[in-house]
Amino acid sequence: MSETPERKRSEVADVDRSLYDFVMPEEGYERYDDGLTPDIVRAISAKKDEPQWMLDLRLKALDTFHEMRMADNWGPDTSGLDMDHISTYVSPKTKQARNWDEVPEDIKTTFERLGIPEAERESLAGVGAQYDSEIVYHNMREEVAEQGVIYSTIEDALHDPKWEPVVHQYFGTLIPMRDHKFAALHYAVWSGGSFVYVPEGVTLSYPLQSYFRLNASGAGQFEHTLIIVEPGADLHFIEGCSAPKYYEANLHAGAVELFVKDHARLRYSTIENWSKNMFNLNTKRATVGADAKMEWVSGSFGSHVSYLYPTTILAGARSSCEFTGITFAGATQDLDTGCKVILNGADTTASVDTKSISKDGGVNTFRSSVVIGRKADRARATVSCSSLMLDDISRSDTIPAMDVRNATASVGHEATIGRISDDTILYLMSRGCSEAEARTMVVNGFANPVSKELPLEYAVEMNNLIKLEMEGAIG
Amino acid sequence: MPDTLLSINGLSAGTEDKPILHDISLTVDAGQTHVLMGPNGAGKSTLGHVIMGDPTYRVASGSITFDGTDITELSPDKRSLAGIFLSYQAPVEVPGVPLYSFLRTICQMRPELKTTARKFRQRVADICKQLDMDDSFLTRELNVGFSGGEKKKIEMLQLLLLQPKLAILDETDSGLDVDALAIVSRGIEAYRQECDGALLIITHNTRILERLDVDRTHVMVRGSLVGEGDASLIDEIDATGFGRFEEALAAKGGAN
Repeated sequence: MSETPERKRSEVADVDRSLYDFVMPEEGYERYDDGLTPDIVRAISAKKDEPQWMLDLRLKALDTFHEMRMADNWGPDTSGLDMDHISTYVSPKTKQARNWDEVPEDIKTTFERLGIPEAERESLAGVGAQYDSEIVYHNMREEVAEQGVIYSTIEDALHDPKWEPVVHQYFGTLIPMRDHKFAALHYAVWSGGSFVYVPEGVTLSYPLQSYFRLNASGAGQFEHTLIIVEPGADLHFIEGCSAPKYYEANLHAGAVELFVKDHARLRYSTIENWSKNMFNLNTKRATVGADAKMEWVSGSFGSHVSYLYPTTILAGARSSCEFTGITFAGATQDLDTGCKVILNGADTTASVDTKSISKDGGVNTFRSSVVIGRKADRARATVSCSSLMLDDISRSDTIPAMDVRNATASVGHEATIGRISDDTILYLMSRGCSEAEARTMVVNGFANPVSKELPLEYAVEMNNLIKLEMEGAIG
Repeated sequence: MPDTLLSINGLSAGTEDKPILHDISLTVDAGQTHVLMGPNGAGKSTLGHVIMGDPTYRVASGSITFDGTDITELSPDKRSLAGIFLSYQAPVEVPGVPLYSFLRTICQMRPELKTTARKFRQRVADICKQLDMDDSFLTRELNVGFSGGEKKKIEMLQLLLLQPKLAILDETDSGLDVDALAIVSRGIEAYRQECDGALLIITHNTRILERLDVDRTHVMVRGSLVGEGDASLIDEIDATGFGRFEEALAAKGGAN
């Protein structure tokens, strides 16, 4: 690997696939047999030395997984996913470190290439880095810890007598294991992820970030993220994901449970660049208290197949949700993404603004669901979706669903599908841009409403990803 | 004897199913100001677009030489980098692309204009002042939501930044009020003085020409060049219109 030049994530020019597409040898790793049996589930639980309730939950989830049928085929094809050939647990032989120097060299190199330690030094309050099934690095700035903020793995929280009851109280309550077959799978074999607790009234001035890297081939990643933002607190959490490309299918079935209490605010940003052999069947859900605010910012570039609909339950009065997202589908990608918002409290507001870009035969489906409950007086929701198609062989669909049960509520939906006009390309070319540069500029401009919501370096990364995807888009 | 900058020889061009320009020959020397006049629909804008390399039009015969190089087959970006600039009648809006970073991008891709961020900022500020443009324009998206007059000023801003050897101004004066017209004229004057650039001004309105020293005037009717003269030709057209040229073309049996 050493002949590949080091690249900084903040470089805009000259990115190449080597930024994400490199593999580290798996030698000496602990890898459990493929497939799903109670023995594997017990082994994962025993290795983590879990409380009995967690093992019971896992075994019940395994039964539920076997019992539930696959849903009827309403979305992208998942027949390429064979659970008998997915290893549910692969662990690098290392202990979790608080210092990058203690992280094994190959893994440290991986995260350095992805720019994580650098970002930590410059602009983050804390970082968790997961490699395959286990968190290999976790650290938080001291001043943040002094404010009473907890940022650890769920495994560590389970071993802490103070936090074990809290995890027990919240874990699995927002996303029930019967939610869908892959939620059940998640609870049976979950490993890694993050536990974040922000005490009442505490504002973090810098974001926390977890980065998930799936290095192993034919494996699954099932991290669980549990975030509790107590009343009046404020947190920005960033999630990044990537994996090298393999010919075998990989599976990501994580779960993200977010509890945003009264008057609190949580911003949850994601830049996802799984490799194009990934089945991304991730479940994310937030419940939001009175006068609280949930903000989602989501950039999805990778995966072969995605089913991803972050859900927000606006439970408290005057709570609000903003969802800003972009999905980029290229060749061999079938991405079914969107969001769900359930407005239950009075005077709640939801605003959804999504963009999709399709090229080289990529398929984008935007699916949204807005449910306004009986008691949600004067609730307001607006959904807007715009799609950009870069050629004639790609596809973009919009499937909005609305279920309004309160006569005083108002709901709006707007969808546009467009192409890059020849006049625009001519204009930019006649100022010196090549055709490829002109198209990239237009696509970046289209994505701008999303990228400007991201912290600068992630916006740069997103522009890099767009540039990567646009290369070779001509002719 | 000045150097020939643009030389068009026997050029015929049009869209796939419709010939528009017929056997055009025209020469612009470095630093000269030429005016192309003609009634609506004569093909003036088409000629501007063909010189820029708009792929909407196909060259059926003839050639375009710029600065000693045959550019007939070059794409618009290559022509731009070679030193041709076309100011559009209706500049397109490009959502999400901030004007300032766009300007920076198109300057940085030219070795001769590469400069530091600080010097560039100063240069842009100077030009904005010259064009009576508000700094707040720079953070807005390229041409998005600007009035017609403001868009023309943004074209002038790009012209002065890029300092091309040849600027083709396609109806830059159309739709401008008196004040905006004065500012655009000032921009054109600045371009001539600072860059010693050549101009091909496409217009059917003589107002913008009042303050300019015009070297040559060309008259186009129904896709053919039917008259050429010095600046006095403008006054004649102003007084009598294009009737004489249309009749002359008809007498020749028309272009079609």
